[in-house]
Amino acid sequence: MTERTGVVIIGGGVIGCAIAYYLARSGYSDVMVLEQSYLASGSTGRCGAGVRQQWGTEMNCILSRESVRRFETLNEELAYPGDIEFKQRGYLILAHSEREWEQFAKNLRLQQSLGIPARAVDPHEARELVPMLNTEGLLGATFCPTDGHCNPFYVTQAYARAAARLGVSIRTFTRVEAIVIHGGRVRGVSTPAGDIEAEVVVNAAGAYAGEVGRLAGLELPVYSERHQILVTEPVAPALDPMVLSFSRHLYCQQTPHGSFIMGLGDPAEPRGTDTGHSWQFLQRMAARVTELLPPLAGLRVVRQWSGSYNISPDRQPILGPAGTVGGLFLAVGFSGHGFMLAPVVGETLAALILDQTPPVDVSRLDAGRFARGDLIVEPSVV
Amino acid sequence: MSDHDQAIIICRCEDLSLAQIRRAMAYGAQTIDEIKRLTRCGMGACQGRTCRPLVAAELARALNQPLWRVVMPRFRPPSKPVLLGSLARAEQEDREDDHD
Repeated sequence: MTERTGVVIIGGGVIGCAIAYYLARSGYSDVMVLEQSYLASGSTGRCGAGVRQQWGTEMNCILSRESVRRFETLNEELAYPGDIEFKQRGYLILAHSEREWEQFAKNLRLQQSLGIPARAVDPHEARELVPMLNTEGLLGATFCPTDGHCNPFYVTQAYARAAARLGVSIRTFTRVEAIVIHGGRVRGVSTPAGDIEAEVVVNAAGAYAGEVGRLAGLELPVYSERHQILVTEPVAPALDPMVLSFSRHLYCQQTPHGSFIMGLGDPAEPRGTDTGHSWQFLQRMAARVTELLPPLAGLRVVRQWSGSYNISPDRQPILGPAGTVGGLFLAVGFSGHGFMLAPVVGETLAALILDQTPPVDVSRLDAGRFARGDLIVEPSVV
Repeated sequence: MSDHDQAIIICRCEDLSLAQIRRAMAYGAQTIDEIKRLTRCGMGACQGRTCRPLVAAELARALNQPLWRVVMPRFRPPSKPVLLGSLARAEQEDREDDHD
């Protein structure tokens, strides 16, 4: 059976669903989202749920600032019957070395020049913001009160529902097996349920972006990497901001549900799309977090899991037309911060697909920057 | 939804009734994993020991499938909640062993 549509989006994570919604909002609903499993089953639903604007590159700052603006009104925008649980309680980013502190000073100048309300705080104020914080060896921190966190499952559902109401077809458990290319242009995709003809195909496949790229004959400069995370039992509110340390490679937040979610970056983690778990992570995470936030030693771990970062060479996403294949668009390589950028990325990709002016000029994040050597590496990642 | 469904608790850890599980299924959830992410069913301290078979039976009935066709969520450690402090001490002991 062959069906026909205008735009096929590969990937039912938050990025794919957001692109679908903003296409439909612009009046173009001849769109199909194809997801190999269920919505948010991949990196979106496994992420740490943080939303921060304290970045070290201009593009990451602008994209996150614009996304925060959209998160603030997203319940109403999408007429979501539930609550996406966007809580702006800030991010506190810790500096334990002179090198970190110098980088943060640069980051702050950039962030403030772009209207992001981040500021430096001394260890005393850091302790006021996070009373359980161990400030031993702490040089200072940066704090942005409008950073926060949000529920990735609900945001994805909210986008998908709103898109579907506007006429988008969302198909779960539908795996794309081939991308049909003819005369240098995409013509559609093949799935086990049949072929779908389309003028535009969007690669929003998250951890599988590289594989989907290869279906179109492209070798994208991305790879996936496992990142582990855990959740504790719920307790009364005790931690307002997300606490982040690059030198300790960790982040920790308390969700509205009361549980603490925390994760660790570890260079020894395997590359690929494996989402297994290791005992070593539990111990390492526990050791590092209880050193920084000692009272958490009394909390019980309920569950651990993992997800994939899809890493690009400069830790910034690759957005826009694929270039060499007509009609193919990319929203890949989010390097661990795709969820928080989803609202403005969705709106921007929709505009680029429809040949309209996007809300943010992302031409510097195109696929061609790697060949040009035009990289601006994001220094501030876990 | 009947009052009866609301009175039947499926997930004790997250205090979820049969009515809430059925609502997630009516919304389109076809798997235990989807119900878990929509409702938090099975995300509590017992890791779904009680609710998982109950939800599986509900899904099998609704989808008119044998129970064995219902896909189980991936098992995630720990099997019982463990104190972060105990894990941190274990890490410290392992490091000390490495130095011996």
